[in-house]
Amino acid sequence: MATRSGRNPKDLAFEKASAFFAFVVLFLAALLFAVLLRESLPALRKFGARFLVSGTWDPVADQFGALPFIYGTLVSSFLAILIAVPLSVGAAIFIDEFAPPWLKKPVSFLAELLAAIPSVIYGLWGIFILVPVLRDYLMKPVTKYLGWIPLFKGPAYGPSVLAAGVLLSIMIVPFILSVSREVLATVPQRQKEAVLSLGGTRWEMLRIVIGQHCIPGIFGATVLGLGRALGETMAVTMVIGNRPEIFLSVFQQGYSMAAVIANEFNEAGGIQLSSLILIGLLLFLVTFVVNLAAKWILSKMVAHASRGI
Amino acid sequence: MTGTITFRRKAVDRAMKWAFVLCACLVILPLFLIFFDLLIKGAKELRWTLLTDLPRPVGEAGGGIANGILGTVVITCLTMSWSVPIAVMCGIYLAEYGRGKFASAVRFTVDTLTGVPSIIMGIFGYILIVLPMKRFSAWAGAAALSMIFIPVVVRTTEDMLRTVPTTVREAALALGIERWKTTLFITVRTASAGILTGILLAMARIIGETAPLLITTLGNQFWQTRLDQPMASLPLQVFSYAISPYEDWHDKAWAGALVLITMVLTINIVARVLTREKK
Repeated sequence: MATRSGRNPKDLAFEKASAFFAFVVLFLAALLFAVLLRESLPALRKFGARFLVSGTWDPVADQFGALPFIYGTLVSSFLAILIAVPLSVGAAIFIDEFAPPWLKKPVSFLAELLAAIPSVIYGLWGIFILVPVLRDYLMKPVTKYLGWIPLFKGPAYGPSVLAAGVLLSIMIVPFILSVSREVLATVPQRQKEAVLSLGGTRWEMLRIVIGQHCIPGIFGATVLGLGRALGETMAVTMVIGNRPEIFLSVFQQGYSMAAVIANEFNEAGGIQLSSLILIGLLLFLVTFVVNLAAKWILSKMVAHASRGI
Repeated sequence: MTGTITFRRKAVDRAMKWAFVLCACLVILPLFLIFFDLLIKGAKELRWTLLTDLPRPVGEAGGGIANGILGTVVITCLTMSWSVPIAVMCGIYLAEYGRGKFASAVRFTVDTLTGVPSIIMGIFGYILIVLPMKRFSAWAGAAALSMIFIPVVVRTTEDMLRTVPTTVREAALALGIERWKTTLFITVRTASAGILTGILLAMARIIGETAPLLITTLGNQFWQTRLDQPMASLPLQVFSYAISPYEDWHDKAWAGALVLITMVLTINIVARVLTREKK
């Protein structure tokens, strides 16, 4: 190693040049946060914390509250998690434990392909295939017989929070699946063998090792999937119904934070634009915290696993 | 007694196995359904003129999505023209020099940016370029897309450079090759297939992005090659055709989606093949 003063000037120049580009990335991220904050300030000053709890979205009276959008985002993402997590974890277990060797690669490849499909194509498929199917074969029968439960109250139009949740669940499956497989891979092989050698069946072995090792990791995968679902825009916009009201029933239309930005941004000005950017800032902060939490849980999980052997 | 318990345990075991098989099937099923519908419904309008003609008003037969395809190519190239150097250089910095607080801060930032919803990158492009210029433009779209492109490529570049064994660098340095030349012509070249894969995957991702373009490039019914004007793009055309109330536009949305998915998947598969051969 040469001393700093004795270093080749060209080497030093190259290092500085690459550091400059690293700085550019840092600067762009800071700029992103700064412009979001600056442009959302007017709405933040005018509405304050009321913005979070008010359900009025009235461009004519210049009154804006984000509650219906926050509600729609949370409910659709929650539904997506509810559907996607059991399926992805089950599929991960299938790939790692039960699938014959020749089938492992194709199945995980196909699941990864789901992540490559552009969200506008999910939306298109959602509008014309998923929504009619859900409406005719799930929502109509359920409202007919269980319509007295507030959660399933009709009428079933089709575009709904439920449709958004189902579509989102398909979109986040590949992410939860791949993280779940990584988590399953941290289980020590000898612990699995120990359970089997004591006469446990395969399912008992899985139940024990997953219960002991994988619950935090699967939780981490869930939070990661949540981070994806919260910010998804096009697919949700196309099937959620875009109605800024709060209904208890998941069969009713709703709205999401990302969807309202996509739909109203181009026609908005003044305080409405600022309110939309404030929704964007909220979404930015929420996904930031959620992703950070997922990373923290997963890193702890991996450290724990390597210590546990 | 134990016999019945064993039977029950075996039955549960078998049932759970089939439950896992069912999970895997349900996970893969939507992929087949989506491809099936895209092929069936997209094929209806898939003609040569779809790729060469401008969109036509509703009710008129024919018409195409040529301006959208051109727009997508232009916006993607524009984005990559500055995003590739920034991202690759940043990745080189993190892998080759990246120790200490500054590097950790950059790494954390890159991780954070990867998780930011794409619509927010659209807001970024809007505030930074559309507002001052007072019009929607390809520039604004490219600014938004580069915020999606850069963090992905920084990550893969760093990861790929780290897979190059230290001995390769040491061998080059021992031959008296300057460090910057070692990095650029030995280390980066060794990892080039992996870096290229990362670039291609990020490219496939931005080709399909719709939300940020909706509020930055806006879309256009006509040919437009000026970068400071609203520009058409394929995903935007699919979106506006899909939410229109007209039957024949729905068919065009499906055909456009088929073209879009073909582009995205081709790039994806090329990217995967690149790294597979290297292994």
